[in-house]
Amino acid sequence: MFETILFPVLVVLAIGLVAAVVLSVASKFMAVQVDERFTNVREELPGANCGACGYTGCDAYAQKVVEGEKTNLCVPGGAAVAKKLSELMGVAFEEAEARRAIVHCSGICEYTEYVMDYQGPKSCAACNSFYQGRGSCSHACLGYGDCAHVCPYGAISMVDGIAHVDSDLCVGCGMCTKACPNNLLTIVPASSAVFVGCSSTDKGAYTRKICKAGCIGCKKCEKTCPNGAVKVENNLAAIDPYVCTGCGACVEQCPTGAIKFIL
Amino acid sequence: MKEILMILVSAIFVNNFVLSKFLGICPFLGVSKNLKNAIGMSVAVIFVMTMATAVTWPIYHYLLAPGYAYMQTVVFILVIAALVQLVEIILKKYIPALHKALGVYLPLITTNCAVLGVALLNITEEYAFVPSLFNAVGAGVGFLVAMVMFSGVRSRVETADVPKSFQGLPSILIAASIVALSFMGFAGVVDGLFL
Repeated sequence: MFETILFPVLVVLAIGLVAAVVLSVASKFMAVQVDERFTNVREELPGANCGACGYTGCDAYAQKVVEGEKTNLCVPGGAAVAKKLSELMGVAFEEAEARRAIVHCSGICEYTEYVMDYQGPKSCAACNSFYQGRGSCSHACLGYGDCAHVCPYGAISMVDGIAHVDSDLCVGCGMCTKACPNNLLTIVPASSAVFVGCSSTDKGAYTRKICKAGCIGCKKCEKTCPNGAVKVENNLAAIDPYVCTGCGACVEQCPTGAIKFIL
Repeated sequence: MKEILMILVSAIFVNNFVLSKFLGICPFLGVSKNLKNAIGMSVAVIFVMTMATAVTWPIYHYLLAPGYAYMQTVVFILVIAALVQLVEIILKKYIPALHKALGVYLPLITTNCAVLGVALLNITEEYAFVPSLFNAVGAGVGFLVAMVMFSGVRSRVETADVPKSFQGLPSILIAASIVALSFMGFAGVVDGLFL
């Protein structure tokens, strides 16, 4: 009786008890203090983990807000969430700034060409997985409109073989930035005036050969910019929209026209 | 040494837990969508499998073996679940970076059949303690190999133009069966390798 029934039951009970005691002691002594404000901030955020704020998810953004980041970066939450976060953090409420998507590629049919007659599934992701796409530039817009398909506002259309964002319809939700296999779309403040219409990190000479409108990394823009908003890294110019004043000096200097005014 | 190498190769390729024994199919299909998650999950599995073996082996041989061997499944589940929770608490406190990397996956594999499977198989195969540990590491690495390979296959399948009735899981399952078939090619390799 004892041998066959009671002992096994006691063994499981004992192991369970030991595990329970160890776990509860561990959770008591090794508890990690979570900032109360973090929990509150996190609860106010929509939890979409969309990454439109520039951080990897709502948890990451909440952490940054507690550390003093701006409260108006949440795009899906908009002004309502920004207001609540400002209250929680005790800072002045700023209107959530309008944002929009831009396409970092200027490779329209006139400036560059296709190097293969691609016959596969008509999606950018599929085309890109096949020798990095059909165009001569491996960083270029593939033109099948994966971004346009995911855009909930119908703001993206294919014009001359590349994606074009309609600034009146775009709200800057950032869905397209994730759909593009070449990461050509980024979200910028709607007030920014100038952008780099190229994503190629190839060497300048090669870029010049395959595309008439590509950034060749000549650094003229970097030298011209009076505010230091333009930086050239990996043969590609990048403009910090928060420093740029939109004076347009770089647009005039750019030899290939890769840097353009946002229309 | 030879025995340990044999166990490792056998666990990684010939008796691959996912593709030959069909254990741990749930995370295999669920988390293989992209490479980063696949690797995170696999590292967590390697970690937990090794820990679980280190704890369940002594429990079986010193507590259950004399007469209560039939209890192994129940006791192992209990011990592994408690162990993973404990490991999570410890990681959170002392190695936050590792906890952040494995965090989401640790609770997912508390009751994973591959983890339980490796603990039970070590007993059935009658491995000693150290070979058991290597078998666990090998099984985990085999899981990693399967996950990494399949996430590559999957990224191609997802973009392919499949008929509507095969979209999503059906095409993934077919792809998985073909990958599993390719692993059949390893059958018998171990005996030839270590003559």
